[in-house]
Amino acid sequence: MKNYEFSPLGDSGVIVKLGEVIDQRTHEIVVMFTDFLLENPFPGMLEIVPGFTTITVYYDPIILAQQFPHDLMPYESVLAILDRMFQELTVTCKAEPRLVEIPVCYGGSFGPDLDNVAQQNSLTREEVIAIHSSAEYLVYMIGFAPGFPYLGGMDVRLATPRRSSPRLSIPKGSVGIGGAQTGIYSIETPGGWQIIGRTPLSLFQPTESQPSLLRAGDKVRFRPISEQEYEAGKKVFR
Amino acid sequence: MSIEVVSPGLCTTVQDWGRYGYQRHGVNVGGAMDALAVQMANMLVGNHRDEAVLELTMKGPTLLFQKDMLIAICGGDLSPTINKKTVKSNRAVWVRSGSILQFSHAKKGCRAYLAVAGGWDVPIVMGSRSTNLRAGFGGLAGRMLQAGDRLEHNPQSSFSLYLAKQLEQKAGDEAFSDTDWFIPASHFAQCQESIVRVIRGDQFDDFTAESRQRFFDQAFQVSPQSDRMGYRLTGSTLALTSPLELISAAVTMGTIQVPPDGQPIILMADRQTIGGYPKIGYVATVDLPIIAQLRPGETMRFQEISLQDAQRALYERERTMNEIQLGIKLTVGWR
Repeated sequence: MKNYEFSPLGDSGVIVKLGEVIDQRTHEIVVMFTDFLLENPFPGMLEIVPGFTTITVYYDPIILAQQFPHDLMPYESVLAILDRMFQELTVTCKAEPRLVEIPVCYGGSFGPDLDNVAQQNSLTREEVIAIHSSAEYLVYMIGFAPGFPYLGGMDVRLATPRRSSPRLSIPKGSVGIGGAQTGIYSIETPGGWQIIGRTPLSLFQPTESQPSLLRAGDKVRFRPISEQEYEAGKKVFR
Repeated sequence: MSIEVVSPGLCTTVQDWGRYGYQRHGVNVGGAMDALAVQMANMLVGNHRDEAVLELTMKGPTLLFQKDMLIAICGGDLSPTINKKTVKSNRAVWVRSGSILQFSHAKKGCRAYLAVAGGWDVPIVMGSRSTNLRAGFGGLAGRMLQAGDRLEHNPQSSFSLYLAKQLEQKAGDEAFSDTDWFIPASHFAQCQESIVRVIRGDQFDDFTAESRQRFFDQAFQVSPQSDRMGYRLTGSTLALTSPLELISAAVTMGTIQVPPDGQPIILMADRQTIGGYPKIGYVATVDLPIIAQLRPGETMRFQEISLQDAQRALYERERTMNEIQLGIKLTVGWR
């Protein structure tokens, strides 16, 4: 495997570019490299952050300078280590991705913008719910906020511009549409997306060993539930 | 028995080196803005360098000691007093139970750090005691300190106990006593000149020649909309040669991104994990404390540094810090 490029992210990080466009193939390579490095950390490696087409490797330059006390500067040492690791890597077929079902109570007070999304796209409410909950979404990465998934795969018929004025506070668990993207607000935050529903699931739990419910590489499907199911779910789900 | 918060100050939080290893879950690193001051304060009281400290911003708290404690204050000058008598920074201070430590408005710098022997005892969440204000976890209940809060410290090292005993004897009947040795101010972030060294960013060459020159030639002012997440700067507008549509990717502390309005933003401790604006540069890690101590309205200039020199400077600083740590142990005479 030799299709990657390095560039520095300041003096304590290196960006590994693994593709040019956002697609499933590049995403699979990103996930494979991430998993490989997490299983085979090198001394001084701090953490790995997968992106759409990149992985970023954070390292401690002081530990690397101590590990390799010759002329090589820490950044060059990291490149040499990564090069050696990556050349042995062969792109393999990953095991089946995890499919995570996200129950969503659409409309009403949980989805104040559902009607708006329907109107703007000349659809009925029921059609919006049916289209939104029939697709299978891919989690490209988690970022921006704790547990916030960047999802790919929304039907273009649902694309709706962001609200002209963002709301000051969106409850956690809110499912929204912003332009051609859909996503779930993992924590309470201000935001400008069109809110169509809410899930009783917690996408972020700081006390869990896996604090984020979703991981890059997961598949996601939304399942419509009633208000009663939402309230019951609030008590049962993690 | 502990320390009690009488009044909390403007933004007082528990911070350590930060929360590493969870950015792929979207959890930002956080941690202290001025990592240098944190390490020095911890070293002075005999802690590991990354123990949790209190970060005080712009206006500090008033704290009541309910037991004897060994503390150190480093970073910005927030005019600390104990029972109305001035306390010096950058040295170990023994404080008697019943005393009141009061901070005021920042006279110099922006943030002060209060370390206690043993380190402040709050639960470790995802490997760190740092407060994540936005997501509301870590530190003390995931929030800023409030009046009435109580904080306890962890068990102290034998070095801390030895030093505390020396200073307790020196105090006699006084409310506090300090060491006659200290870490010289020259080892901390200097704000007078505020020249910040910068490594060229991924999109540096995508900016117009004029913008690139202005970036290094002209001074930028720190906007009032600056916080732990990022420092917004105002100055001459920086323009790209042509619009760029970048794919969002990881960003780090010190990343200087330029949104479409052309005014740079330096991402700081509470930055988001992923960003998509063009990156004109990265502040060298050694110079991040300078920014952390800048106040709104103050100005700064950027100066270019190579990646190699930035890493070398970081290594040199580490060596200096090791020497200071050894020096402290020899001076106290602990073995």
